[in-house]
Amino acid sequence: MIEIAKEIQTAAYLFASILFILSLGGLASQESAKRGVVYGIVGMIVAIIATVLGQGVEGHIYIIAAIAVASLIGIMVARKVEMTSMPQLVAILHSFVGMAAVLVGFGSYLDPETQALTGASHMIHLVEVFIGIFIGAITFTGSIVAWGKLDGKIPSKPWAFKGLQMMNVILMIACTILGVLFCNAHGTEGMLPLLIMTGIASFIGIVLVMAIGGGDMPVVVSMLNSYSGWAASAAGFMLGNDLLIVTGALVGSSGAILSMHMCHAMNRSFFAVIFANATASSSQGGEKKAIEGEVTALNHEEVATLLKEAKSVVIVPGYGMAVAKAQYPIYDMVQTLRKAGKNVRFAIHPVAGRLPGHMNVLLAEANVPYDIVLEMDEINEDMPETDVVMVIGANDVVNPSAQDDPASSIYGMPVIEVWKAEKVIIMKRSMSAGYSGEDNPLFYKPNSEMLYGDAKASVEKLLSYLKS
Amino acid sequence: MKVGIPSEVSANELRVAATPKTVKRLLKQGFEVQIQKGAGIKANFSDKEFEEAGAKIVNTAADIYGGSDIVLKVKEPTTEEVGMMKEGLVMLSYLWPAQNQDLLKKLADKKVNAIAMDAIPRISRAQKMDVLSSMANIAGYRAVIEGSYNFGRFLNGQITAAGKVEPAKVLVIGAGVAGLAAIGAANSLGAIVRAFDTRKEVAEQIESMGATFLTVEIEEDGATSSGYSKEMSKEFIEAEMKLFLEQAKEVDIVITTAQIPGRPAPKLWMDYHVAAMKPGSVIVDLAASTGGNCALTKNGEVYTTENGVVMVGKLSQLPSQASQLYGNNLCHLLDDMGKAEKWKIDMEDAVVSRAMVTYNGKINWPPAPLPVSPTAGGKPKVIPPTEAETKASNEAAAKKATTSMIVMLAVVGGLLFLVGKFAPSEFIQHFTVFVLAIFVGWQLITNVAHALHTPLMAVTNAISGIIVVGGLLQTTHDIKDPVTIIAVIAILIASINIVGGFFVTHRMLKMFKK
Repeated sequence: MIEIAKEIQTAAYLFASILFILSLGGLASQESAKRGVVYGIVGMIVAIIATVLGQGVEGHIYIIAAIAVASLIGIMVARKVEMTSMPQLVAILHSFVGMAAVLVGFGSYLDPETQALTGASHMIHLVEVFIGIFIGAITFTGSIVAWGKLDGKIPSKPWAFKGLQMMNVILMIACTILGVLFCNAHGTEGMLPLLIMTGIASFIGIVLVMAIGGGDMPVVVSMLNSYSGWAASAAGFMLGNDLLIVTGALVGSSGAILSMHMCHAMNRSFFAVIFANATASSSQGGEKKAIEGEVTALNHEEVATLLKEAKSVVIVPGYGMAVAKAQYPIYDMVQTLRKAGKNVRFAIHPVAGRLPGHMNVLLAEANVPYDIVLEMDEINEDMPETDVVMVIGANDVVNPSAQDDPASSIYGMPVIEVWKAEKVIIMKRSMSAGYSGEDNPLFYKPNSEMLYGDAKASVEKLLSYLKS
Repeated sequence: MKVGIPSEVSANELRVAATPKTVKRLLKQGFEVQIQKGAGIKANFSDKEFEEAGAKIVNTAADIYGGSDIVLKVKEPTTEEVGMMKEGLVMLSYLWPAQNQDLLKKLADKKVNAIAMDAIPRISRAQKMDVLSSMANIAGYRAVIEGSYNFGRFLNGQITAAGKVEPAKVLVIGAGVAGLAAIGAANSLGAIVRAFDTRKEVAEQIESMGATFLTVEIEEDGATSSGYSKEMSKEFIEAEMKLFLEQAKEVDIVITTAQIPGRPAPKLWMDYHVAAMKPGSVIVDLAASTGGNCALTKNGEVYTTENGVVMVGKLSQLPSQASQLYGNNLCHLLDDMGKAEKWKIDMEDAVVSRAMVTYNGKINWPPAPLPVSPTAGGKPKVIPPTEAETKASNEAAAKKATTSMIVMLAVVGGLLFLVGKFAPSEFIQHFTVFVLAIFVGWQLITNVAHALHTPLMAVTNAISGIIVVGGLLQTTHDIKDPVTIIAVIAILIASINIVGGFFVTHRMLKMFKK
C-alpha cells in the first residue's frame, strides 16, 4: 500500500476542512445546496483516503469490509425512510456518532501509544478521553430516547419528578470525582472509573431527554446534533487530529445555533426547555382569560365557495397535516386555485413540525414550489389583506393567547396572526387541544369557522367541489 | 309546527320575511311553511318559486295569523293585523318597542309572544341573528351606490389620454355596521375615504377597511360598554363641528350613519356645513327615517339645495337581498330556539329574554343592559411606551449589552491566559483551531435558509461521521485485539452515518423545486 507523508496528510485534511465549510455554506439557498452536498461527499472521501493511506494505519482489509457493509446499510435505510419519519432518523443517527465517539475513546485509552505519554501531555490526554466518552455516552442514550419519543415508542409526555435536577447535579459531581480518580490512575487501572462514568453518563442522557416533553423535541434533536459535534471534537483533541476538531466544531456550533433559534421562536430560554420539568412555563400566572364567542362550523361546499371567491389565500400547515398525509391533495388544491388566478401561499412557523425546517421538507416532497412557502415574519404583514386562511393541523402556532393572555402557558411565543385575515378556516378532526394543552380562542372568533374531518379526506372533498 | 309568512301591508315595505332559500332551511328545521299569496312579489319572489321550495300558499292574512304557530314578519304589525292573531302565537318582526308601547300592550292583551328582532342584544353570539347589522350592511353599501349615482364624477381616479380624472373624496360619519360597509364599498370603488367616529376603538377597524380615521385633538372617548357612543362634551362637539366644516369644503360625498334605535338621530351636519360644500357634492343621510343627521334632510326625498348640493333622503331597500339576509337571521334565531323538534322559549337565554318583549300576556320591556363584547371583560390594557421611554429603554439595553460583552471578553481573556500558562504547546495549537472553527461555524450556519434546516441537520450528521477517522487510526492487523475490534465497530457505525446521511440529504434537496 502507498503511504503518504504526514505533511501531505495534513494538507489533505485542510482541503477536506475547506470542502466541509463550503458544504455547509452551500445551504444558504436551495440552488447552491445541492452543490454543497457534493462538496461534503468529496471532502469526506478525501479525509478517509488521506487517513487510510497515512503512516501507521493497518488492517486495511477490515476497514474496507466495515465501510462496505456500512454503505449498504446506510443506503438501504436512506432510501426507504419517509419524510415524516425524518426526525426519528436524524435522532438515531446522532446516537451512532455518540456510540462511535465512546468506542474511539475507549480505544484511545487502551492504545499503547497513549500509555507511553508522560506528564502534562498524558494528563491532558486522559482528560480529553474522559470528556470525549462523557459527551459521547450522553449523546448516545439521549438520542435513543429522542428517537423513541419521536417514533411514539416512548410517551411524549415529559417524565420528571421533584428531585430530578438535584439527582442530576449529584451525578455530575460523581462523574467529576471519577474523573479525578481516572486521571490519577496508572496504566489501564483507570478502566473501572471510566466504565462507571460511562454508565452514569448514559443514565444522565436517558433521564435528561425523558424529562422533556414531545413538543420540545425539535430543540432536543438540535441539541443532540450539537453534542455529536462536540464529541467528535473531543475525539480530535484525544487523537491530536485537527480535522476532527474542526469538523466537530462546525457541527457543534451548527446544532447550537439551531437550538437557540428554535427557543427564540418559542420565546423560551434554552435552559428552561432543557432543564425545566413539566410544570415550568412562561406563564405569568393569574386567571386565564375566559373565552368569549362561540365555535361555528361550515361544511365543505361552503368552504369551497369561500375559496372560489377569494383573491388571496394563505395555508398554515402543522404537523397534523403531515400525519394525515394531506400534503399531496393540498398541493393539488393549491394548483387548482393558482390556475384560477388566486395568490396562494404557505406560512410556516419556526417550530411547526418535529424538526427545524421539517414542514418545508414535507411540502417539498409534495412538489410545492419553495418560493410560495413563507416564514412567519414575512407572512404576518400580509394577513390583513388576505381573504381566506386555511389552518390545517396546526394549533398552538395560531393561538392568539400567546399575544394577549399573560396567564397562558404559551404567552410571549411569536405566532402567526391568522385572525387578522378576513376569514379563517380551521381544519381539525375534533375540538381537542394542541401540544400545549391550551384552549385556542381563535376557534371562537367571529371570523373563524371550523371544518371538521380528517385533513386528507377534507382536502380531497374540497378539491372535488372546487373542480366542479 | 307551522311557520307562516304574511304579505307586508305597508306600501313602502318591499321586503318579505322569507325567500325560497330560507323556506328550504325552515323545512330542514322541521317546520311546515305557509306563505300568503303574493307575499314575495315586491321582492321578486313568485308564489311558484315558494311552492317549488316546499311552502304552501294560502290566500289570506287571516289564514296565516290564525293558522300558524310562528309568524315571521318584517314591519311591526298594524292593529288590524294584531286582531287576526291567535292566542299563544309566537311572532318575530321589527317592533321598535321603545316607541310602540301601545302596540306592545295590544300584543300582550292578545297573549301573543312577540319577539322584536330589533331588540336582539348586540353580542358576538347573536351576530348571526342581528337584523340591525345585516340591514345596516345593505344600507351602507347602497349609500355609496346611490351617492355615486347622484354624483357627477367618477369615484376612482384615472390618468387617461384625455386628461386626469380626480378621485372622489368620501366622508363617512359613524363607523358602525353601516358606516364600515359604506367605507368598504367606497374604497373598493376607488374613492379616497375618510371616516369619523367619537369612539376611539373603531380607529383600527376603519383603517383596516382602507380609510383614514379623522379625529379631533380632544382626548375624549365616546365608547360605552353598550357599544353605542355616548353624548360628548361641549368642547368635543365644538371641535367636531369645526372638523366637519374643514371637511365640508373638501369632500365630494358625505354619508352619515349615526343612529341610535329608539331615539331621534343626532344632528351632525348643519346647514352651514352644507353651505360650505361645493356644488355637485352629495349628502346621503342614512338616518333620514329617524330625523336625519343633516339639518336639511327631507325624509323620503332626493332634492338639490340652493347651492347645488344633492340631499339623498331615501334609499332602495334592495328587497331581494334584504329579504334573504333577514330571512336568514330569522332562521338562525329559530335554530337557536330548538327548531321544530326541540322548540323551547327559554327566558333564561340572554337573547330570548331580551328580544321577547311580550310573553304570556305581560310586557317585558325595557330589559337590563347587557355589555357588548369585546369591550366587556376588560382586555389587559397594553399602554404603548412613549417615545422618550422607548429611547431610554433602548439606550439601557445597549449599555447592558456592552457591559456583558466586556465582561465576557474579560473572562475569555483570563481563561486563555490560564491555558497559555499551563498547557503544552500542542494543546494550544489544537485549541486555536477549535476556537476558530467555532466562529466559522457560527457565521456559516446563521446564513442557512430556514427552509433548509432539516437538510442541514442531515448533512451535519453525515459530516459528524468524521469520527470514523478515529476508528481508522486505531485499527491494527490483529482482529483479535480488543482495540481493533472496538475500532472496526466504530468505523462501521460512523460509516452508516456518512453514507446514510449524505444520501438522505441529497434525497431531500432534490425535492425542493421552484
